[in-house]
Amino acid sequence: MPDIQEITVDDLKHLVSERAIQGETVLLNMGPQHPSTHGVLRLLLELDGEIVVNCIPDIGFLHTGVEKNMEAKTYQKAEVMADRLDYLNTVGNTLAFSLAVEKLVDLDVPPRAQTIRVILAELTRFQSHLVWLGTSALDLAAMSMFLYCFREREYILDVMEMCSGQRMMTTYIRPGGLWRDVPVEFEAAVRNILKTFPKRVDEYEALLTRNPLMLDRTYGIGKLTGEECLNFGVTGPMLRASGVKWDLRKDRPYSGYEQYDFKVPTRTEGDVYARYLVRLEEMRQSLKIVQQALDKLPMGPVRSNNHKYVPPPRSEIGVSMEALIHHFKLWTEGFEAPQGAIYSAVESPRGELGVYLESDGGPRPYRIHWRTPSFDNLQSLPLMSKGVLVADLVAIIGSVDIVLGDVDR
Amino acid sequence: MEKNLQPILGMLKKEFGGTASEYRGDVSLVIPSGKIVAACQQVQAQGFELLSALTAVDYWPEESPRFHVIYQFTSVAMNLVLTLRVPVPGINPSLPTISHLYRNANWRERELWDMFGIIFKGHPDLRRILMPADWEGHPLRKDYPLGYEEPQFTFNFEEINLRKPYAKE
Repeated sequence: MPDIQEITVDDLKHLVSERAIQGETVLLNMGPQHPSTHGVLRLLLELDGEIVVNCIPDIGFLHTGVEKNMEAKTYQKAEVMADRLDYLNTVGNTLAFSLAVEKLVDLDVPPRAQTIRVILAELTRFQSHLVWLGTSALDLAAMSMFLYCFREREYILDVMEMCSGQRMMTTYIRPGGLWRDVPVEFEAAVRNILKTFPKRVDEYEALLTRNPLMLDRTYGIGKLTGEECLNFGVTGPMLRASGVKWDLRKDRPYSGYEQYDFKVPTRTEGDVYARYLVRLEEMRQSLKIVQQALDKLPMGPVRSNNHKYVPPPRSEIGVSMEALIHHFKLWTEGFEAPQGAIYSAVESPRGELGVYLESDGGPRPYRIHWRTPSFDNLQSLPLMSKGVLVADLVAIIGSVDIVLGDVDR
Repeated sequence: MEKNLQPILGMLKKEFGGTASEYRGDVSLVIPSGKIVAACQQVQAQGFELLSALTAVDYWPEESPRFHVIYQFTSVAMNLVLTLRVPVPGINPSLPTISHLYRNANWRERELWDMFGIIFKGHPDLRRILMPADWEGHPLRKDYPLGYEEPQFTFNFEEINLRKPYAKE
């Protein structure tokens, strides 16, 4: 057995204050197995009584080498791993990957596929926010919110299962379109969600928004200004809660988002409460987008006809020699993407989810880098948590809405 | 290319002597490694507030340059994106830090040190970030093997078990 190298305070003395080395303040581990760190985040806290003097996040416990693994697989096979990055925003990850590959090889997507992509991406945003609302309210000891949110989330996961056969790891969005068309029950199920969910969001607001305990725990805590957010690379609802109106769906639209009428909610306070309000309003706007998309859902194919990159439908394989050859080539050696490098980004529930993709002309990505929003959002935690109580730190971690699969990749 | 980007690109090219290229609408500028801090300062002054991504590519077995470090900037105010690429040699790869300009570069440069072994001079806290502190090698380099776990069958169970690095109870 190899020797395990221990990390001592000496290795970290540039990160803690003088008082910690003299023993006046206490160094305490929070995590990696702590219920309110939302996974396996370890925080090394320097505490003066109950006040946080310094907070040193230690990440990497969920590092799975996704980028390295993707570089060893063809584009079709690599996509399966994209789901597993941010396990609450699975459809958004595959959307980001597909858009990047489509940009790299210059592939068009039929309008029906684009609209279904938007519907599923917005439903996923809604369910991701539901999990955030449930768990962060649980951190503030509001137990019933958790149960309500997970009850509603099941409806959305049912829709995912209906389309793809999987509740979470869907891999339904593929480069060039979708895996297959949605089933006939899809529209009724989504309409049912659209009918019941606005009332449910009102119920959450009735329970939390003016709740004095909630206000005590969240108002004025974990403040970040807009400039600090941008300097720390913080994006998504956290940036918008600090007064910067930046949403990639609105500002750099993709997948036909420019056709829908929706608002980008912003607040100026930049505290935990403002982030709560922004996310709740985003849930309402997501439903609005789904409603518009479903009303105008066009008929037509859901996959591109460019069979150099997209496998032909199963029915064609039996009658067309060319289709059989394409099918065989695509599933044995994959397609060869032209040489070049692109960066494409989508708005995930947590912020800017970017993919840097470089091809050397072969069937595998030469380099793929995931710019994951949680990684940068979490970096602002030491700044936000200076001088707060440990109990407030729990509320702040909840408001960052990290997914450790997204941080560690 | 977006229209607002043209004057900024021209100015950067004149000042730092890089070569620009465009692929599918993405504009990237290759900057020599000695001028990167000044270039980032200028880019920030031109209104690119957000360092969206900081990553690298390994072109092994090429040695000079072996790596390209990629700086991806976003301007929220002007709604623009810009990529800077910096070639880095394979022997003693190092670059000056930009973590004093963009504070999220702190973790991103730590990640590059961890994954590619590129040293960032002047970085306040250059430790491994994703891999364990006592890890050897830099996993995202192309000469680093992908690695796998050997499947154990009845005939070779004991043999592989002896080679395993962790506890064997």
